[in-house]
Amino acid sequence: MLQISQLHKSYPIGDSSLHVLKGIDLSVEEGEMVAIMGSSGSGKSTLLNIIGMLDEADSGDYILDGLKIKDLTEKKAAVYRNKFLGFIFQSFNLINYKNALENVALPLYYQGMKRKERQELAMYHLEKVGLANWAHHLPKELSGGQKQRVAIARALAANPKLLLADEPTGALDTVTSHEIMAFIQQLNDEGKTILMVTHEEDIANMCKRIVRLRDGVIIEDTKVEQVRAEQHV
Amino acid sequence: MFDLDLWREIFQSINKNRTRSLLSGFTVAFAILLFTILFGIANGLKNTFKEEFADTATNAIFVMSGRTTVANEGYQAGRQIQFKNEDYEYIKEEFKDKIEFITSVVMRNANASYRNEKNSYNLVGVYPDYQFVEKNEIIEGRYINKNDLDNETKVIVIGRLVEEDLFINESAIGKYINLNGIQYKVVGIFMDEGGDNEERIIYMPITTAQRVYGNNDYVNRINLTYSPDLNYDEALGFSSLLTRKLKTRFSVATTDQRAIRVFNMAEGTQQVDQMTLGLTVIILVIGFGTLIAGIVGISNIMIFIVRERTKEIGIRKALGATPRSIISIILIESILITTIAGYVGLLIGVGVLELVVGDKLEVYFITNPGVSYSLLIGATLTLIIAGAIAGYLPAKRASEIKPIVALRND
Repeated sequence: MLQISQLHKSYPIGDSSLHVLKGIDLSVEEGEMVAIMGSSGSGKSTLLNIIGMLDEADSGDYILDGLKIKDLTEKKAAVYRNKFLGFIFQSFNLINYKNALENVALPLYYQGMKRKERQELAMYHLEKVGLANWAHHLPKELSGGQKQRVAIARALAANPKLLLADEPTGALDTVTSHEIMAFIQQLNDEGKTILMVTHEEDIANMCKRIVRLRDGVIIEDTKVEQVRAEQHV
Repeated sequence: MFDLDLWREIFQSINKNRTRSLLSGFTVAFAILLFTILFGIANGLKNTFKEEFADTATNAIFVMSGRTTVANEGYQAGRQIQFKNEDYEYIKEEFKDKIEFITSVVMRNANASYRNEKNSYNLVGVYPDYQFVEKNEIIEGRYINKNDLDNETKVIVIGRLVEEDLFINESAIGKYINLNGIQYKVVGIFMDEGGDNEERIIYMPITTAQRVYGNNDYVNRINLTYSPDLNYDEALGFSSLLTRKLKTRFSVATTDQRAIRVFNMAEGTQQVDQMTLGLTVIILVIGFGTLIAGIVGISNIMIFIVRERTKEIGIRKALGATPRSIISIILIESILITTIAGYVGLLIGVGVLELVVGDKLEVYFITNPGVSYSLLIGATLTLIIAGAIAGYLPAKRASEIKPIVALRND
């Protein structure tokens, strides 16, 4: 599904530069649920951004679903993001003047789907996250958990191969966090490949594999016994 | 290609951010409003200038005579120079390749009466060419013609206001007016843009006038228009040559300023043309200044909008928006706001000119202020282009936003 080898990335800071990723090797199989852990500054978010094609590596190979991701034009990156990837962010990143349904339908709009079709599909995904009754509410009228569920519906709308989550529970309380995690686990059960950045141990333990980063290198990569989130709800 | 969804996106964005859109629109509307009013008032000024000179052809030359002030060739000073028919024939023959229309003129005063209405008018005996030199427009009937001249017929052409004065609720055509005891048939009615005095004149065939008033071949002045092919310098050269030849013909000293006077309208026209040109340049400079201020205004607001929407643009890009789709949204939004707001400004401006200003400023030399349709179409195109220019930089900036930077912008 995903192969990364000898990935390097550094950011210029004034005259010097900060070497954030120092040769990352990582491969993820289809259906996996991986947590990337590390303290702040360990490079975990940078890694996720490169995987998400929001950022580009300085050197190294990145192959996604058999496709080499390198030197993409903006346009191509946009098409790949739309086709392969679904994003879930810590701060939800919903567009505040669009209602839940319109937010979910947005990736479909960029796929060029017809209005009626994409609204039906968006509605289907909203139903799946249990928010069909909230379809016409604006983000500000939703709770944090509901917002994140809209964001998940939006990430799923374009039926991506890989779901990328950057601290998906970072802005939520424990109960809501567990609800969201239960939902993400359910998606994984259905076969979705999920990559998640987190710094919370209990959230990481709800994944099937934990990759630990420190100072830009992988220091630990272990498969774990998945803790089901339903137990906590 | 018409993309309904794109427009839906844009309208949603404008509609959901009403204050912002109104604010940016206001700048443009105000700039265009100012531009329209300035332009209209300047047009009014131009119209006034034009009208002042509209009653006579701009290529007219008037030849007048007076008493000599300098003794010459054995003649004493104080001799009255009198033009006659032969002088008219002489000028007509001598300069036939340079003259467009020519007429000699006999001027008298006449007490006119029709039934119980009486009034005093200027009476002018003319050739048919006079109509074109004075730019008279026949609104009913006909002008003096060659047949009238040959037969010395007792017909007259009267000004619009003469008809209004003497004929209460009836048409003057075919009626007879009594001028100093002789009955003349009214064959035509004319109008003149030169004002009321120019429409209180009675014309008759010059031959009739000469027969009735003195039975001689005297003429008071000779009016002509030079050929439109002559340029400004040639026209001035023509009138000075004419002056010289006439002075020789009448044995008048070349230094004599009063005996023979030739007034060339080209001199006045040139001045007016220069004044109008200067005025036009000033209007254009001010107008474009306001317009550019408006464009800079929108551009600034659009840049602000892009900054404000950085995160949204980042989200859209993460979801698969191509740079082109981002540019379209910002650019079209900018053009739309500019065009609509600009048009509102334009409509208000035209409304102010038509309804509020109207004819009230005629005392201040502003006649019929307004803007032409071609200007309106030009302004519309300019607005669209202005919107595109104003939106381009911000749109480009928006398309270059890196989603990763935008999303970090919490």
